[in-house]
Formats: sequence, C-alpha cells, structure tokens
Amino acid sequence: MAISEATIESMIKDLPLPKNILDTLRKDTFGVGVSKKEMEEIILRVVESYEYACVEPCEAVGVVSAQSIGEPGTQMTMRTFHYAGVAEINVTLGLPRLIEIVDARKSPSTPMMTVALDEGYSTDRDKARAVAWEIEATHIEHLADVTTDLANMQLIIDLNGKILTQRNMHIDDIAEKLRDELKVNITSPDAVENQLIITPDEPSYRLLLQLAKNIHTITLKGIEGIARVVIRKDGDEYTLFTEGSALKDVLYIEGVDATRTHTNNIVETYDVFGIEAARNSIIKEAIDTLNEQGLSVDIRHIMLVSDIMTCDGAVKQIGRHGISGEKASVFARAAFEVTVNHLLDAGMRGDVDNLNGVTENIIVGQPIKLGTGDVHLVAKRPVIE
Amino acid sequence: MRKFSLLDHNSVPKHEIIQENEVKSLLDKYQIEKGQLPKIKQSDPVIKELGASVGDIAKITRNSQTAGESLYYRLVIDD
Repeated sequence: MAISEATIESMIKDLPLPKNILDTLRKDTFGVGVSKKEMEEIILRVVESYEYACVEPCEAVGVVSAQSIGEPGTQMTMRTFHYAGVAEINVTLGLPRLIEIVDARKSPSTPMMTVALDEGYSTDRDKARAVAWEIEATHIEHLADVTTDLANMQLIIDLNGKILTQRNMHIDDIAEKLRDELKVNITSPDAVENQLIITPDEPSYRLLLQLAKNIHTITLKGIEGIARVVIRKDGDEYTLFTEGSALKDVLYIEGVDATRTHTNNIVETYDVFGIEAARNSIIKEAIDTLNEQGLSVDIRHIMLVSDIMTCDGAVKQIGRHGISGEKASVFARAAFEVTVNHLLDAGMRGDVDNLNGVTENIIVGQPIKLGTGDVHLVAKRPVIE
Repeated sequence: MRKFSLLDHNSVPKHEIIQENEVKSLLDKYQIEKGQLPKIKQSDPVIKELGASVGDIAKITRNSQTAGESLYYRLVIDD
C-alpha cells in the first residue's frame, strides 16, 4: 500500500544524510507510490551506500588531495598567457595561475573583475556603457593631444570634443582636476574651443618637461588601476569585465550590482567580503583553472585545500610562510625546506618534537599514525576470581 | 554612499552567531574545546556587520557543491 508524502518526509527528515541526497530521495519517492516496507528498504540501502562512500577515519586525505592535484598539474601548460573566455582580456592561466592561487599572492599578475549591473542598467547598452566609463580610468591621452610649446614655455592640450561628450566629461572639470593635482596655472583661451594651456610656475625647461610627463599619470575620471573595461552580453544581460581590480571602489558606483560582482584577486575578496567568500573564491578560481586546461580534479580535494588555507581566519599560503612553515614538528618543517636552519634553530631553542605527525615518524623509523597505525587495540583482561 | 548587506552577496554564505546552549551541544557532539574550532577574525567584514564579540561562535551554512548544504563553525578571535 502506498504511503503519503508526509509519511515519507517524516521518515527521511532526521536521517544523517546531506541535503542533496535527501532532495534526490524526495524527488524519486514522492508520487511513485512506494509502500512503507519498500521505503524502509530504500532508506536502508541509501544510508548504507552513503556510509560506504564516506571517507574512513584515519584516512590520509591530505596526501590523497596533494596527489590528485599534483598529478594533473604535471600536464598543465607551463607558461600560458592568453585570452580566455572574455573577449580581449588577458588572464594568466595554467600552472602559473594555480601557483598564484595556492601561494595566496597579494595581487595576481592579471587582476580582473566581473561586474554585474543592476536592473535597468543590465539590459540597456548605453547605460551599461556609461557605467563602464565611470569605472575605466581615463587619462589625458585618451581625450586630447598634448603639445609641448618650448617657445612660449607652455603645454597645449587640444581636447577632442566628441570623446568628451561620449564619456560625459566637461572641459572645466578637467581643468579643475589638473589644477588640483598639478598645482599649476591653467587657462582656457577664448579663441580656440576645447583647448587648455598650462604654464609652469616659473619658466624653466626642467619644470615644463616634468609637467609634460606628470600630466599622463593623472586619472581624470574612473578608478585608478582599471586599465580597460569590456562589455559583453551574457544571455540578455550586459556584464562588464575589467582589466585591473579595485573591488571596493567599484561597489560604490551607481548601477553596479554589488551582490554579484567578483574579482579574481583572492586577498582582495578576503578584505572586502571576508574569509568565507575568500574560501569560495579559492575553490572557484582553482577549479576553473584546472577545467580550462581540460583536467578534471574532484572538487573535494580543492575544498580541502581551501579549508586549510582559510582555517585560522586569514588567507594563508601553502608553503614556507604558511601551512608548511607553521607545522608544530621540527622534523616536519626540516623535511620541507631549509633543513639545516630549522634544526639549528630548534636546537638553540631546545624545542621538543612529540612525533605525532606522519613525516617525523617516517624520519625516525616508526609506524605512522594513519589508517591502522592510528588504532590501538585495548583488551580488557578477564577478571579471575 | 550606497549600502548593502555583505550577507546578500552571492559568494558570502549565511553566518549567524549561535546561543550558549547550542554552543554546548556542538562542543559535546564533537568532544572538543572551543579553541579547536576553525577561526574567524573579529575584523572580518561579515563579523563586523553581525557585531559579534571575541569568543562567540559563528555558524556558517555553506552552499556545497557536493552536499547541497553544509554546516561549518568558526570561533571569533581577536586579531
């Protein structure tokens, strides 16, 4: 006799199973007409296979992960630098990128942001373009021709009026900005339209040439460090891709959907969104890098790595200054890198090694505390009367 | 200046500070001390938003690709 959905629900809701297995269980049993006896059998088998699939206690998951990421790593391209997915934006891929991720570099070699747009902006190309201009750093060379006039000791800036209107900028704002940054005298002649003349405080060649150089470093509009913004249509929504990353500044811009904006810089993600977002970012970046190379590594291995990297509240690198360098055992650290230094320092400090880990037990020739090596048999002696 | 909750971001999982009795049952379940839990800094943007203090335990409900949903606990520490 078939049982109701409510009965099935009450039978499965307290099972020690993860959410997606429970969801599948519900999907497959609801409305099929299983009897109570069948349902019990199903649950028994599901729990049994789940427990069978679980990793066993004392299993060396770290070593398995290291092997599972390391082996495909050998097949990765040593040096790739090309245009992946996003049009025209250069991103580091392959092994160099993977190394960058596990090293938790402060800034990746090719920082990049994916900027989602708010409703109303995301479907309108012109509005999307306007947001892009707000983000992209605009320098004087984008807008004007700068000529050094040595005869009159001045810089002549001929602004391109068309580009100014396109980028929604005004000549007065530019003059203001340059005046603030360079602290010089700027005049706008009435005879010629869209022209600015900069004269240094005192007539000196050195000052003039320095001025001609400095003027190019000033960001007139947009966010410093964002070299380029590319608009792409994903489905029916426009998304911006930026070369360079400044997450915090971008989130303040009108029209940007802060809840769906990402950067490929893990440390920046940590600073802005916190440790859990950084962990998600490590997983995503690592798995994307591997998949892009056509390598399929189980996500659990990557998850283990990212959990270890984020377990004490900050993003730690795998390596000398992170996980491996913080091991409690002197032998384990010495076995990794700079052996003599570690032994010498430990000797001077009088450190004690309790031989709890794997490496140190192999070094001294004892069974390691893994698998069956970690289980002790305790027998209760029968009481003899 | 625009404001939004960090918890609304799609890569920030749900964080909540758990009550004293829940802390006790958690520590009993795993037979551990508070200090053995993974940590989260008090200066972490999400913890700042929640306004938690040192010694609190944050319960994090992660969206997991393998399990659908998974629970994680972090002890709030001073940095």
